[in-house]
Amino acid sequence: MIYADNAATTAMSEAAIARMTEVMKQTYGNPSSLYSIGQEAKEVLEQARADIASVIGANPGEIIFTSGGSEADNQAITSAARFGLRKGKKHIISSAFEHHAVLHTLNRLKEEGFEITLLDVHEDGLIRPEEVEAAIREDTCLVTIMYANNEIGTIQPIRKIGEICKSKGVTFHTDAVQAMAHIPVNVDEDNIGMLSASAHKFHGPKGVGFLYVRKGVPVYNLIEGGAQERGRRAGTENVAGIAAMAEALKEAVTDISEKMASVAAKRDKLIQGLSEIPHSAINGDASHRLPGNVNFCFEGIEGESLLLLLDDKGIQASSGSACTSGSLDPSHVLLAIGRVHDVAHGSLRLSISEDTSNEDVETIISSVGEVVEYLRSFSPIWRDLMAGKKQFIL
Amino acid sequence: MALYSEKVMEHFRNPRNVGVIEDADGVGEVGNAKCGDIMKMYLKINDDEIIEDVKFETFGCGSAIASSSMATELIKGKPVSEAMKLTNAAVAEALDGLPDYKMHCSVLAEEAIKSALDDYYSKNGESANKSGE
Repeated sequence: MIYADNAATTAMSEAAIARMTEVMKQTYGNPSSLYSIGQEAKEVLEQARADIASVIGANPGEIIFTSGGSEADNQAITSAARFGLRKGKKHIISSAFEHHAVLHTLNRLKEEGFEITLLDVHEDGLIRPEEVEAAIREDTCLVTIMYANNEIGTIQPIRKIGEICKSKGVTFHTDAVQAMAHIPVNVDEDNIGMLSASAHKFHGPKGVGFLYVRKGVPVYNLIEGGAQERGRRAGTENVAGIAAMAEALKEAVTDISEKMASVAAKRDKLIQGLSEIPHSAINGDASHRLPGNVNFCFEGIEGESLLLLLDDKGIQASSGSACTSGSLDPSHVLLAIGRVHDVAHGSLRLSISEDTSNEDVETIISSVGEVVEYLRSFSPIWRDLMAGKKQFIL
Repeated sequence: MALYSEKVMEHFRNPRNVGVIEDADGVGEVGNAKCGDIMKMYLKINDDEIIEDVKFETFGCGSAIASSSMATELIKGKPVSEAMKLTNAAVAEALDGLPDYKMHCSVLAEEAIKSALDDYYSKNGESANKSGE
């Protein structure tokens, strides 16, 4: 089996599993209890907080543990909106290709009377900082731009956007779910006000993540019921999950430059190999890109068929085809970078990791080539394209 | 739990009657690339109005390919009058069911066959709809 869907979720690392089971077995106390096993759990919790803070250049008090990236996004955006409202600020800037945890939260705020500006992401899948600057108004209470896109892996000019927001005095939130632990992230250097992350994207467990909130940035809790997380997130903490998340993060950022170079080399080999398939094209900029992300469109075929046949060959991947989402429209990300529907249906996302071998890369390239050729052999679109009845787009 | 029934996967992996009939008596194409599904059906019909041969080409998801394949099996060797009565429900049932949001694939298969039959009738000066009554 070749697992090439690490952007969907990752396998937990051995170290994270070991840490999680250790804490579950030995430190089952409630961190809010005053007796010793409760206080031991509290220590585990605070050590994890300190470890995570240290990785991203934050102070421990600036980390709030959540159930994952979606909750963190919801809390960050809702907080900025509620605080903005108190000051009469009802304008939020974001982008057209954010994760739905951001877009759907913004839709809800729009219904509540907020004005949302969704910036264009251009054909290369990159946001222009000057367009962020131009969109900022007197009544802007939040800029929320993802660190790296979940489908096409493009890394946004976060540092520049952070600088602009800082100079204009606007809160800046970034959904760093795909970027965290895959590329270096530093909240100070990047001038980030709030940041969301999720453990299962970096070989940690599912159902746990964190929200970084810079000291002085107001935050409201979404969940009422207790004084955990200094009253910013009620509910008994997922101590074992949090400890495992910290373990996975520490492990992932050890020798991160070497890991990035090694994974990116395989990514580039994949990009090169897949480019040789006729009438195919990479989606998004090839250089400002997560080390493990490859996203292609193949003309004349549909993505779900491609995924099913790749699965038969033991390769797990993902697609922005409508059929994989249960809706009629293909991926909003591919449409946002200007891919037309016909082509967007035939997309493939491969997200590899350090566990992907050079042999796997070769297998993926030849398998994708075979499946694309097979599906094209009985595609009426492909026939029309080859007969000149239809113009090739790619 | 699997996304599709074994039957759907079997037809998807080994689709029947794939290809083109160059001198087809009726050709029908339905769907559009925008929605992600296109089916094209080719029919060879003999003097006794029996569907002697049928081929299809499909651009679409697993259930679209399986629905095309099953639909061709259901009409091959059958009289035209019987093929006119093919329903999407029959296609879906023969595949041991489709997920709700994939039922439109069986509808497309039915429409593709009817469109090819319409083409056959129009070439022979009669409307398919009339004949179906």
